[in-house]
Amino acid sequence: MSSTSTAPDRLTAPTRKRLSWIGRAKRDRWLLLFGAPGMLAILLFSYIPLLGNVIAFKNYQPFLGIRDSPWSGLDNFDIILGGDPAFLNALENTLIITALQVIFVFPAPICLALMLNSLLSERLKRLVQNILYLPHFMSWVIVVAIFQQMLGNAGLLSNWLRQHGHSGIHLIGNSGLFKELLTSQVIWKDTGWGTILFLAALSHIDIQLYEASGVDGASRWRQLWHVTLPGIRSVIVLILILRLGDILTVGFEQIVLQQQAVGTNASEVLDTYVYNNGILAGNWGVSAAVGLVKGLLGVALVLAANKLAHVFGERGIYQS
Amino acid sequence: MSASTSAVPRWAGPRGGAPRRKQNGLPAPTLISRAAKGVLLAVCCLIVLGPFVAVISTSLADTAQVSRSGGLVLWPSHPTLDAYRAILAGGVVTRSLVISISITVVGTALSLTCTALLAYSLSRPGSFAGKPMLLAVLFTLLFTPGIIPSYLMVKELHLLNSYWSLILPVLVSGFNVIVMRAFFMELPRELLDAARIDGAGELATLCRVVLPLSKAVLAVVGLFYAVGYWNSFFHALLYLNDNSKWPLQLVLRTYVVNNSTLGVDQLSLSSTTPPPQQSLQMAILVISLVPIALVYPFLQRHFTKGVMIGAVKG
Repeated sequence: MSSTSTAPDRLTAPTRKRLSWIGRAKRDRWLLLFGAPGMLAILLFSYIPLLGNVIAFKNYQPFLGIRDSPWSGLDNFDIILGGDPAFLNALENTLIITALQVIFVFPAPICLALMLNSLLSERLKRLVQNILYLPHFMSWVIVVAIFQQMLGNAGLLSNWLRQHGHSGIHLIGNSGLFKELLTSQVIWKDTGWGTILFLAALSHIDIQLYEASGVDGASRWRQLWHVTLPGIRSVIVLILILRLGDILTVGFEQIVLQQQAVGTNASEVLDTYVYNNGILAGNWGVSAAVGLVKGLLGVALVLAANKLAHVFGERGIYQS
Repeated sequence: MSASTSAVPRWAGPRGGAPRRKQNGLPAPTLISRAAKGVLLAVCCLIVLGPFVAVISTSLADTAQVSRSGGLVLWPSHPTLDAYRAILAGGVVTRSLVISISITVVGTALSLTCTALLAYSLSRPGSFAGKPMLLAVLFTLLFTPGIIPSYLMVKELHLLNSYWSLILPVLVSGFNVIVMRAFFMELPRELLDAARIDGAGELATLCRVVLPLSKAVLAVVGLFYAVGYWNSFFHALLYLNDNSKWPLQLVLRTYVVNNSTLGVDQLSLSSTTPPPQQSLQMAILVISLVPIALVYPFLQRHFTKGVMIGAVKG
């Protein structure tokens, strides 16, 4: 192989004299070649599209193209600054759904992990884990279809109730319960999978701490409070931070699939607003402006949350 | 601590004298708490598995039973494969199934190759431009380009309505690159050095030393990609206008979620009466579950490892 000749200077790395950058590039030409396809894909579909955000400042017309569409300054941002009702509705729905998810979805895997962790039989634990991980691998289409079949107007639950002399219940397609429905779907799909990190953290807690607290007479609840929870605190904080960065992102596919039945008033969130208003209705510039502001806020939120974690003495997602 | 002297260590010895396995030093739980836990976990498993049982049962049920129940059935009294025969006879569903399988196989192979190559290239400390490349990958975890810019990019590349629009935009996931890189970096350096002394070039080192030692991470990352391609629904909705190109998830949405009628036209059936809609719908659902159910048992033991590396090192 042609890179054989590089072996000597790698092995004597500590004493080798610094190569010029051309020399280093030449030495690592195979590594650069290996990385090229992946880097190209990332460049093309993660970085260059950022330039497309320029249409947030333009009056984009598809037939004119990005370059030839006229500039419009900050006109597109008027609906954010001026408080367009449809936009405000989407923002409100997004924040309500996020709040519901942080309150109900976030603690669920922690509770489940604590319960699994206290199982004595290793084999039973593994079995339950494998069952509960499964829904994570289902697409949203499948999850929504399954919920319809179970809880819909002609679903299993309604049919059973009718057969036993009750009236059917109206859970799916009920705009008043839509946000609760979304939340329960997320819980069904991802609670099991969410336990992985917590279970791993739990297995790293020093057993001696339990033994010592047991000798001191601590009850199981006290051990939970004083040993277990502090032991997984940094993982909890880490995942909470990642969730905070996504405050403005709630179940896009999940909502797009179910929006028809409940109407936009109850179901429109920022992402669906960008999609419906931009790609479907053709208000490109305005939607790109909303998307841009949302993206920037998202990055700012992650950075801020990480900062907050440092203030509280946690590691956070990265160290500065 | 309060005066509760009753908290005499009950952990002192497991009942019955048989040595219990590891107890994390916790006091043995009371019978009631163990029973409560058992019931709770059983209910959780039931909530997850129950729907699948009903879905599979309905897909196997015959017309009479479906019309009697008015919807899902819990257990097929006269199981029949009519619904599967109907949807696999060469109509809309069959076509979309072939499309989905092709995209998943081609996409996963390409993604895994590009990810492994990039991860290997980033796993070598002190390599040329390694630092900035790693940072560029890490930054992609912080932001997404957004729906409209992504759509415009695909449009500018003339990929609209092409199957490549479902593969290229999601070809490399930064998270998977980081997971794989972390795994590669944990391999003993002596092995790589030995390979190099024996005259192996980078490609030989990667193929003969690194990859054979990394089956666990390749399995997990491969699964993540495959599940992503198989489940991809929104990209197809966004980029494919021509509904003869629809993958299975879009067909599932149209005929199961939106309840469009799956008639003789869509099924290309020669027989007179198609099986009940309900069974057909559930059969499509089951078919979309089968590939995941098939690979799942082989991969589940690697999950924790794969996810943990990503979380700890990312």
